[in-house]
Amino acid sequence: MLDVVIIGGGVVGCATAREISRYDLKTVLLEKTADICNGQSKANTAIIHGGYDAKPGTLKAKYNMLGNVMFDKICTELDVPYEWNTSLVVSLHPEDDEMIETLLEQGKTNGCPGVRIIEHDELLQLEPNLNPNVCKALLVPTGGIVCPYELTQAFAENAASNGVEFVRNAKVTNVEKIEGGWRVTSSAGVYEAKAVVNCAGLYSDEINNMVSERKLEIQPRRGEYYIVDKKYKDYFHATIFPCPSKMGKGILVARTIDGTVLLGPTAEDIDDKADTRTTAFGQAKALDGAHKYWEKIPTRDFITNFSGLRAHCVTTNDFVIGEPDDAPMFFNAAGIESPGLTSSPAIAEHLATEIASKLDARENASFNPIRKGIPKFREMTKEERAEAIKANPDFAKIVCRCETVTEAEIREAIRRPVGARTVDGIKRRTRAGMGRCQAGFCTPRVVEILCEELGLDPTEVTKFGGDSRLIEGHLFKEAE
Amino acid sequence: MQSKDILIIGGGPAGLAAAVAAYEAGARDILILEREGSLGGILKQCIHNGFGLHTFKEELTGPEYAQRYVDKVAEYKIAYQRDTMVIDVTPDKVVTCVSKENGLEQFQAKALILAMGCRERPRGSIGTPGWRCAGVYTAGTAQKFVNLEGLMPGKKCLILGSGDIGLIMARRMTFMGAEVVGCVELMPYSAGLKRNIVQCLNDYDIPLYLSHTVTDIAGKERLEGVTIAEVDEKLKPIEGTEKYFECDTLLLSVGLIPENELTNMAGIEMFPFTSGAVVDENLQTSADGVFACGNVLHVHDLVDFVSQESAKAGKHAWEYVQGELSRSEKKVSVEMGKGVNAIVPQHVNAELSEPLTIMFRPRDVYKDAVIKVKAGETELLSKKKRVMAPAEMESLLITPEKLAACGDIDKITVSVEV
Repeated sequence: MLDVVIIGGGVVGCATAREISRYDLKTVLLEKTADICNGQSKANTAIIHGGYDAKPGTLKAKYNMLGNVMFDKICTELDVPYEWNTSLVVSLHPEDDEMIETLLEQGKTNGCPGVRIIEHDELLQLEPNLNPNVCKALLVPTGGIVCPYELTQAFAENAASNGVEFVRNAKVTNVEKIEGGWRVTSSAGVYEAKAVVNCAGLYSDEINNMVSERKLEIQPRRGEYYIVDKKYKDYFHATIFPCPSKMGKGILVARTIDGTVLLGPTAEDIDDKADTRTTAFGQAKALDGAHKYWEKIPTRDFITNFSGLRAHCVTTNDFVIGEPDDAPMFFNAAGIESPGLTSSPAIAEHLATEIASKLDARENASFNPIRKGIPKFREMTKEERAEAIKANPDFAKIVCRCETVTEAEIREAIRRPVGARTVDGIKRRTRAGMGRCQAGFCTPRVVEILCEELGLDPTEVTKFGGDSRLIEGHLFKEAE
Repeated sequence: MQSKDILIIGGGPAGLAAAVAAYEAGARDILILEREGSLGGILKQCIHNGFGLHTFKEELTGPEYAQRYVDKVAEYKIAYQRDTMVIDVTPDKVVTCVSKENGLEQFQAKALILAMGCRERPRGSIGTPGWRCAGVYTAGTAQKFVNLEGLMPGKKCLILGSGDIGLIMARRMTFMGAEVVGCVELMPYSAGLKRNIVQCLNDYDIPLYLSHTVTDIAGKERLEGVTIAEVDEKLKPIEGTEKYFECDTLLLSVGLIPENELTNMAGIEMFPFTSGAVVDENLQTSADGVFACGNVLHVHDLVDFVSQESAKAGKHAWEYVQGELSRSEKKVSVEMGKGVNAIVPQHVNAELSEPLTIMFRPRDVYKDAVIKVKAGETELLSKKKRVMAPAEMESLLITPEKLAACGDIDKITVSVEV
């Protein structure tokens, strides 16, 4: 019997896997899709939230604050790009000013250091490209940005290096109580473990409801975004938030750590937990929302649009963390929506400590907290580039022209622990295909490299697993 | 750092023609840097015919057309480096590149020719809504899979955009056994050449839906179908006109964008209407001794015109190296009047040394129109055209004498009068 099965390979599942790998516990993580970081964690606003937004006393407020202060250490240990760029909650009308005051009080109650209100002139001094119609803003110095893919991958890689086994394409169909633990049935086999952690994101209600009478309901809430070209990386320094509503934090203008700018998300409750479509309606809404802060949005420089689904728990309107009272040794990390990315390290630490203590686990003596990222050719100096090519000539082959991603990086993304198996997996580990040509040039080469590394035929390569095949057939199949 | 008289970035049709012309003008110390494994650029995958009617007075395939220039490069022993990617360009013509063979290298060029070509506009930049499934390709990517790798991206496809690559791929996919259910064009006229509409769609009974666009893409994993709708005058979809096509592939041919990352890196002045550099009649950019030609300067309709333009850049680059290309103090700006888009060049030297070629794209489809070039009230040129369309580039020739006769002028204006 295993010690722990973690269900879900998003940021919370992978962070939990890493925290659990500090202990001498035999752990398997099961991910439904072809890759980790394939759901909510891949499609969000990529923000380290300051913590002013969540209602005091909620789990969201608690884990937001606990998680926020962990980022310096975690991102340093795991070599994940992040930046404290500050957040600004900007009011557009004097009527919103009351909301700004409320957020200030809330921020102080939650313990956000340094929050203060700034007036119009100071605001425009800080952000000269803001629409001059803005009024004032709440300034949150502990607001930051982080690469959500790399954070999730870093957790996973580090967990795998410290002994956690990752199984992808393992959709959990049943969890049942057995003597001394749980039997988890998945499309990749049956696993028995003393403890189960539910990090199933949008499906965390379904997993919970398999074992507990304390039923949960997750409402998928779709958010649509635009991505603006890197040309505008210096256009805004801080993350620009509107005043929040009951549907969420509203439509942001959010610079990413990679230099693009996100406009979004919208918030629309939908029925299908897999419906990550973009719609003409949603796109227009995202644009309209962002316009209030960015007067002349360069629509010519849109790279793409996307949508992400939030796992909103209507049962509690909050995170659901820990054991339900009728299912001991089954641990929920359910209903994790924003500020989930920020909270993930704190939730993981809490769950791992609980589980380790209940299983009376010893520390993993060989635990190594350090993970090095894939070297990024685009960020190297001239001298570093020359060195890198000398050591590995594959660094001289630029595969993705828009993002300057080399063949060396792509091969390493495949070879790493919990490595890439799909075209999107390569994209999220290296940025190949994320640039302005949106994979037009690099796709054929990326398919080729995946085939070489994994011994696949091009017809077997997928965009993101399942039936997302890229190639239908061969024109001239040579005789074997 | 190695020094080169003429360094050319890109070994496609533009770079090759520039190199050959520079050699023929007398240059010897020339180097072409090509990022792919062989010379020829996009022509390598354009295995259809129709190239070279202007240049060679015969119909060639893309690879054959490229080979004519590659043969010349070989004959002249012009140096080139393959699998070499330029990663940095400075305004004073220091070029940094990387290759497996030579690692990181730097060159100081006396004259630099930018010939990086263009890329296709992807789905994201036109904001087509729907599922983000596999099976959506730009036409050129599909062309590469089919023609260079022998791989079929799909069995049943719809084409969005009637750009030439899309039209060519409609025919190509049909040849290779796929079913092409239609070609959808947002505008009321085609974005491709008339001959391609006839030879690639009409000949194979592939319907062309003008004034239509894609409004939804279905398929959670692989593409399953595409919904199109008619658009109104503001190009917005009209409710109730939707049609659904079952298909596994959507090919996009919705425009080309000059690939000017390096041009921008060098801080060279850009022209928003072409998305290329601002140049004078010698194709010299705002940076001294840096020239631009071919599709990186502005998207051409025919490769023959790319070759012509690039030959000019090659020749002038050599003149620059020899100190024979002067920039006059006074510049005459070339303005876009009514009906004129994407004009090249954007300014000229007051004293021309050879006939001036002005190229542009009509803004709309015009019938029985007159192209006029004026300097103030003086008419420099008047040219009658039976039909003009944005898909086809217009080219005008003005003699140095005509321009000189205008006296001291600040600008000339090109316009279309209907």
